[in-house]
Amino acid sequence: MGLDKTKIAEQFIEAIPHSQALGMELTEIGEGIAEIAMDYDDRFVGDPETGVIHGGAVSALMDTCCGAAAMSHPDNPGATATIDLRIDYMRPATPGQRIRAQAECYHITRSVAFVRARAIDDDPDRPVATATGTFTVEAAQ
Amino acid sequence: MTRRQPDPVQVVKQRRDAALNALVHGVPYIQFLGIGFDRRGDELTALMPFDEKLIGNPLLPALHGGATAAFLEVTAIIGLSWSILWDEIESGALDPEALAGGQMPRLPKTIGFTVDYLRSGLPRDAYARAHVARSGRRYASVHVEAWQDNRARPFAQATGHFLMPRRDG
Repeated sequence: MGLDKTKIAEQFIEAIPHSQALGMELTEIGEGIAEIAMDYDDRFVGDPETGVIHGGAVSALMDTCCGAAAMSHPDNPGATATIDLRIDYMRPATPGQRIRAQAECYHITRSVAFVRARAIDDDPDRPVATATGTFTVEAAQ
Repeated sequence: MTRRQPDPVQVVKQRRDAALNALVHGVPYIQFLGIGFDRRGDELTALMPFDEKLIGNPLLPALHGGATAAFLEVTAIIGLSWSILWDEIESGALDPEALAGGQMPRLPKTIGFTVDYLRSGLPRDAYARAHVARSGRRYASVHVEAWQDNRARPFAQATGHFLMPRRDG
């Protein structure tokens, strides 16, 4: 991916109000790949008894990261929207730890980008969640 | 034969609302997103009032897919928990004051959740209802639909599978 497009993708993601509200940080972006991190925050807790982050916050992280991977693919001319997204939760994220989502756009057609992702905390060998999704591809001019 | 007198309507309502309130207010992320629930009998409608921080595409503008997914998942979990707890709320076995004091019942855990985005989420209030398709001892399957201005034009739907909380004793 060209430097310009990387820059644009970075700015675009950092300008998303919901991603900002969740404190997401783009840590890597390349040709069809992206990594976004989200710090632990008491406000995002889904189970007050254990302090585990809500699945919805992990979904938001996965969706943003998958969208970034779809957008950064060289064959994608521009913006994207989620068509569907499936998330499987393997285990609760460890309270207090940062969550990182890593996404890869593994196939793209003129209309659809196919993306898969995983979310990890400090123990990368045991993923917290995996996701697969499809995203729109902007019609070529 | 004597029949037990039904509880006065305000007692019944108070008990149901207190239980729902405790369930919803005990979860920080539900508060963060500003989600509330409207109750009519046992039917719940989730409400997510529009807020700038829910925006995912500032140019359109449109709601963030992640905010929509979270809204659907919250609706599914609360809807499922509510259906599990209903009998205990009605019988009075569940003490709403203990709930409000932080003694939350264990919530179902999400196994998998699939969201379909049908239309762009507009910068307006959103509503959702959950339907428990199957509720077993260990697993449950829940379908959720979310809409904005028109009930007949949902902007997102989801199906999730959940691991039921252990009910000891």
